[in-house]
Amino acid sequence: MADYKTFTHDVVVIGAGGAGLRAAIEAASSGVSVGLICKSLLGKAHTVMAEGGIAAALANVDDRDSWKVHFADTMRGGQYLNNWSMAEFHAKEAPARVRELEAWGATFDRTKDGRILQRNFGGHKYPRLAHVGDRTGLEMIRTLQDYAVHLGIDVHMECTVVSLLQDGNRVVGALAYERERGRFKIFDAGAIVLATGGVGRAYKITSNSWEYTGDGHALAYRAGADLLDMEFVQFHPTGMVWPPSVMGILVTEGVRGEGGVLLNKEGKRFMFDDIPENYKTQTADTPEEGWRYCQGDKNARRPPELLTRDHVARCIVREIKEGRGSPHGGVYLDISWIKEKIPNAEEYIKKKLPSMYHQFKQLADIDITSQAMEVGPTTHYIMGGIRVDAATEMSTLPGLFAAGECAAGINGANRLGGNSLSDLLVFGKRAGEFASKYAKENQRGKIDPKQVENAAAQALKPFEQSGGESPYQIQQDLQQTMQDLVGIVRKEDEMLEALNRIGTYQKRRDNVHVSGNIEYNPGWHTSIDLNNLLVAAEAITRSAIERKESRGAQFREDFQSKDPEWAKYNVVVRKGSDGKMVVERVKIPDIPGELKQVIEENQ
Amino acid sequence: MEARFQIWRGRGEAGRFEDYKTEVAEGMVVLDAVLKIQAEQANDLAARWNCKAGKCGSCSAEINGIPRLMCMTRMSSLPLENPITVEPMKAFPPIRDLVTDVSWNYEVKKKIKKFKPRPPDAPDGTWRMNQEDVDRVQEFRKCIECYLCQDVCHVLRDHHLHEEFIGPRFLVYAAALEMHPLDNEDRREQLKKEFGIGYCNITKCCTKVCPESITITDNAIIPLKERVVDQFYDPVRRLLRMFRSR
Repeated sequence: MADYKTFTHDVVVIGAGGAGLRAAIEAASSGVSVGLICKSLLGKAHTVMAEGGIAAALANVDDRDSWKVHFADTMRGGQYLNNWSMAEFHAKEAPARVRELEAWGATFDRTKDGRILQRNFGGHKYPRLAHVGDRTGLEMIRTLQDYAVHLGIDVHMECTVVSLLQDGNRVVGALAYERERGRFKIFDAGAIVLATGGVGRAYKITSNSWEYTGDGHALAYRAGADLLDMEFVQFHPTGMVWPPSVMGILVTEGVRGEGGVLLNKEGKRFMFDDIPENYKTQTADTPEEGWRYCQGDKNARRPPELLTRDHVARCIVREIKEGRGSPHGGVYLDISWIKEKIPNAEEYIKKKLPSMYHQFKQLADIDITSQAMEVGPTTHYIMGGIRVDAATEMSTLPGLFAAGECAAGINGANRLGGNSLSDLLVFGKRAGEFASKYAKENQRGKIDPKQVENAAAQALKPFEQSGGESPYQIQQDLQQTMQDLVGIVRKEDEMLEALNRIGTYQKRRDNVHVSGNIEYNPGWHTSIDLNNLLVAAEAITRSAIERKESRGAQFREDFQSKDPEWAKYNVVVRKGSDGKMVVERVKIPDIPGELKQVIEENQ
Repeated sequence: MEARFQIWRGRGEAGRFEDYKTEVAEGMVVLDAVLKIQAEQANDLAARWNCKAGKCGSCSAEINGIPRLMCMTRMSSLPLENPITVEPMKAFPPIRDLVTDVSWNYEVKKKIKKFKPRPPDAPDGTWRMNQEDVDRVQEFRKCIECYLCQDVCHVLRDHHLHEEFIGPRFLVYAAALEMHPLDNEDRREQLKKEFGIGYCNITKCCTKVCPESITITDNAIIPLKERVVDQFYDPVRRLLRMFRSR
């Protein structure tokens, strides 16, 4: 242990996307010392990919909006499995978090009277997403990053945590390696915030980059924390499907918010065919009404393309399965048709959706101002994650906090578009605030050298064993399995087969071999990421088997309806005393009368 | 179809091009080929990448000698008769293979005086800005910090004046702050004395390589130069300055 350098901070934040940066800013502003660990370079986290906007009831565009409507929309979107207390904090605090970004230099698109402009998005009753064209995530991460660098935060770039360190139950530190030299670093922390994002790399077709391997989920799980709602993986309805090399790259929901329509190969707008009961009163009856909604007509209801992501993704799968898909196995998403409606459509599209224009032009030779895009579902987000306390974001382990995608609760069974960026800000801030408070109020724990040695030895094993296979092959096999057997449409026997295969991958993983040097060696990094992916994949599969109903993002072919009994429970997994994964149902606490009323008043 | 590659493999300054061959499928970009080679033939080939959609600016490299994002360079845009060379950016110290040490950029950014907004316009603590005023800044804020403009800039690439010149990326950054409708800070003196804006001789190489098509020279650097000139070389202002300093 002697040769590993130790870095001591009051608060260590693992992950430097929106949630991690916001947590670090809050902690540093409260006067404690903060270390920020990022797996890539600062400012490259997946938050940059967020396109559509930040959901917050600013009511700048439609003054009927309020936290109450946002809260009700979020709960409805999450099929009432959400942690209602988190949904309440989120809806109430998001506007202040957005305004704060403006005070830190963000330049959102403007309304005619100079305020922050808001756009329509799926599942939101009123135009609610503060945005910058279709590159809102970049604006957000850059604003936070540039604000953070002046706060004296110690940033550790290209540094990956391999294990949390504990003093008894309490989390007191982390062991990490830095990519450049391959050296281990010990972080001695008063409190730790996990903000590591998602698990998209468990699937073959995903909008997520190589980093999203469930690191926070697995670190917390291995330390003994609870993971909640892991069956709920969001398949975004519109990812690119062609050419093959860009399959899965996101096409923002903003395209539909601006009037884009989904068509099958017969040219039919199929989303009108199936509108769920609980959204009937909010959905347009005719294409004409839908267009008026996109144009800001307050008396019009939203087009069915803006139903929740889970539903839209399933409708697209249905069209493809029934033979009405596009040539490359997707459906059409057309924004160019708006030229029938407005005079300067080409310019308008380029202004409102610049990245989409650019992305299709450069990667697929498609001009979206005159041609339809081909799109299909892509693994995008996980609603499930580390179980946290609603107010403080502390996990079930003392000293360990979590925020953003790696935490669970706010989104329930399905997340509304735009609620992720606001989630990062609201709960990132809270996590930073309460981690700082925890660090101030509690005496520091002790780092156990034995834990450090064990974790380092475990991480280095792939170099030492010979004859094993490359981690890349196992990762690819796992991605294929999750894609085929635990995807948008699920069945018990297929998922049991997936569990079986995950078991064999775990055995193969134990013999993984990597060659080359320890410095900047992606093969080695993949072997470590694989450990985390396997935990996430198992948690998703076991939770999905446990929930014997279809709700939100989980669709079970063998249990096709919602079961009122299951509305009462969340699924939790944790590591059992024998080291095996335990699955448990936990009762959702009763919603207080006043919040129930808010939901009823905003049907 | 098969493509041949010459990819730079090295530790620190030492290294050489190594030959690889791989199958090219329809629509493939250079990053796909590099990752395929990494997964199948050279597990330890070091390369940075993240979003694979031209939004994060991680996979900067020099492809056939031209600074570009690997994820936005279609294989079909390159001549496949000859091997495609892929090498790291030249303006920064090499670490390993295609990875360079770009930490200097992060240090430079810290030195630029931070955003300082005027007091809020409305009692609720918010501001009013016109879209037309925001447009100009939004162009600069599209920057994905790929540092290709830094790589191509001869002041940094050939003359290594990293101590005296902040490079196109940070002139764009300074322009975004200076032209921000709410910002009250004055960075002209920093630009002139500390950041070496005078070194830029407007060859526009940076604008040419920018994957976000930011008009770096015309929209950011030249207006900044004008502001600096106005402050420091305008005879009337010079006189006023002399009086004020008394």
